[in-house]
Amino acid sequence: MKVRIVFLLIFALTIASCNDEDDNVNSEYTATPLELEIPPLFAQKILPPVIPEDNPQSVEGVALGRKLFFDKKLSADNTLACAGCHSPASAFTDPRQFSVGIDGIAGTRNSMPLFNMAWNYNELFFWDGRSASIEEQALAPVVDPIEMHNTWSNVAQTLQSDGEYPTLFEEAFGTQSIDSVLVTKAIAQFLRTLISGNSKFDRYMNGNEELTPSELNGLNVFLDENRGDCFHCHGNPNNPLWTDNIFHNNGLDETFTDLGRGGVTGDPREFGLFKTPSLRNLIYTAPYMHDGRFETIDEVIDHYSEGLVYSETIDPLMKSVDEGGVQLSPEDKADLKAFLLTLTDENFIDNPDFQNPN
Amino acid sequence: MRKIALLLATSFLLFACNNDDDTPQPVPNTTVEFTFSHNWDGDAIENSDFDFLQYFNANGDQMSISKLVYLISDVTFESLATGETLDAGDYNLVNVREGTNLSFTPDIEIPEGDYLVSFTFGFDDEDNQDGIYLDLNSADGGWNVPMMLGGGYHYMRLEGKFIDNTATETNYAYHAIRAADPSTTPITLQDTSFEVSLGQITIGSSTSIEIEMNVAEWFKNPNQWDLNVLNTMLMPNFDAQVLMFENGSTFSNSTGVFSLGTVTQ
Repeated sequence: MKVRIVFLLIFALTIASCNDEDDNVNSEYTATPLELEIPPLFAQKILPPVIPEDNPQSVEGVALGRKLFFDKKLSADNTLACAGCHSPASAFTDPRQFSVGIDGIAGTRNSMPLFNMAWNYNELFFWDGRSASIEEQALAPVVDPIEMHNTWSNVAQTLQSDGEYPTLFEEAFGTQSIDSVLVTKAIAQFLRTLISGNSKFDRYMNGNEELTPSELNGLNVFLDENRGDCFHCHGNPNNPLWTDNIFHNNGLDETFTDLGRGGVTGDPREFGLFKTPSLRNLIYTAPYMHDGRFETIDEVIDHYSEGLVYSETIDPLMKSVDEGGVQLSPEDKADLKAFLLTLTDENFIDNPDFQNPN
Repeated sequence: MRKIALLLATSFLLFACNNDDDTPQPVPNTTVEFTFSHNWDGDAIENSDFDFLQYFNANGDQMSISKLVYLISDVTFESLATGETLDAGDYNLVNVREGTNLSFTPDIEIPEGDYLVSFTFGFDDEDNQDGIYLDLNSADGGWNVPMMLGGGYHYMRLEGKFIDNTATETNYAYHAIRAADPSTTPITLQDTSFEVSLGQITIGSSTSIEIEMNVAEWFKNPNQWDLNVLNTMLMPNFDAQVLMFENGSTFSNSTGVFSLGTVTQ
């Protein structure tokens, strides 16, 4: 008899311990499936986007995520939404060097633009890669003391008592019981729809538009190891993401006040490394670098041309460091900039599906 | 009565299970695993070895390795019994620092037996078509070679730092590709991939073949590599690519970049 009771207890404990935060999800419920609108060039050139099995895209989930993304209720004092630091007009980044949280405190890194995140195959997000999924990334700003400075229990309570949200969560996930897992799942679904793939260069690649001689020379500068050699980190016409989503020290500083990737891993070999950002939509995403130190594209190009400084972890792809860089001619600089601007996707900025629904 | 029926049925099954020893048995098919290990003149290279200026190349340059990613393709099995050549036609991108794809099983089943086994470092011209491999386009920010250099794909990205003649820590990027001279019209291309023969190997039901790379050999034989002269911007350097090809493909006195390691059955 005692053995049976012990067995039952162990069984019950096992079942209980297998429960995770997802026990809130109604596994019987299926929302309306929603396929991502994958640009033709992406489908032709690169692997499919990463969509977690436990968070499939749905019409209702994306709509809920969009509403949440633009809702200031996620912050402790109802003054700041995700969009407050990730504005659609700025390709979902912040035109300020450092975003300012609800307590008036500025951060220390420039807000990252948000697009094509589902194609980040190594799934390391933020400048330092500290989050291993889009869902996990969405957890952080809500509780960050210098951002939304809230608690997830408070967010859940706020949304639970709202007149609309319980129904929207039921439509998206089959339950009215709101928690951080479902909030971040919904936001992640919305973020995965933020796809930018219709720039002038995309249309050129699809044979629908021509580049000017200046833009074509700029592409050559970009791809030429003897000149820009930008492609080893920022991709090439066969990789329309225009980033490797890998971490590099690109010669900004001799010493580091921000350890970047190394601050996460603790590995001194990674001190001062930050994730390569995409070159798409640069015209909207100023200022540049992890700390927003450069206000213009010209300053960025000047950095790689003449401004590199040595540090122990500088990436081997940084050339002629002792001379400050690759010494581009003024014409090549201008053409490189012209090419970079062909990666501008106006439709992404204007897409009505990405605007504030509230 | 039931017992008789049961005995009959059992007998029938036993007979059915009997092998007919008079007919030759087909040779079972199997897959073959390849593993990849890396060393510097015999010292194993692990993740913890990256980024440390601990190596000295044949030229005497003190150097480190920050990155070592390379492509192999066309693992080929030539049967000693039939002379037939079997090749899955697939490829494997090894990332040593990240420890990814250090094991690779070509997508082909071959009959057990004795084979001459070989593979290609990089892609030969037949396979080195621009932009056609979606996984390689997606790897490492794009494993591609720009069209201005003939397109196709990198064979290897070996990067790090060395102490140059002025005692300055300097970057190098030893990137191997198909040799290209863009100064000519049309562009001059030369296939600098090469076949690596692993010799005769008996393939059984669970054979695993270790391929060893001695990174020091890239800088050694027959061309003693001077990083002070050839460090970066090597992709558009036709002659440098040929030198890399020569150092990679030379195998003499039982030494070379690639060699056969342990074979387990």
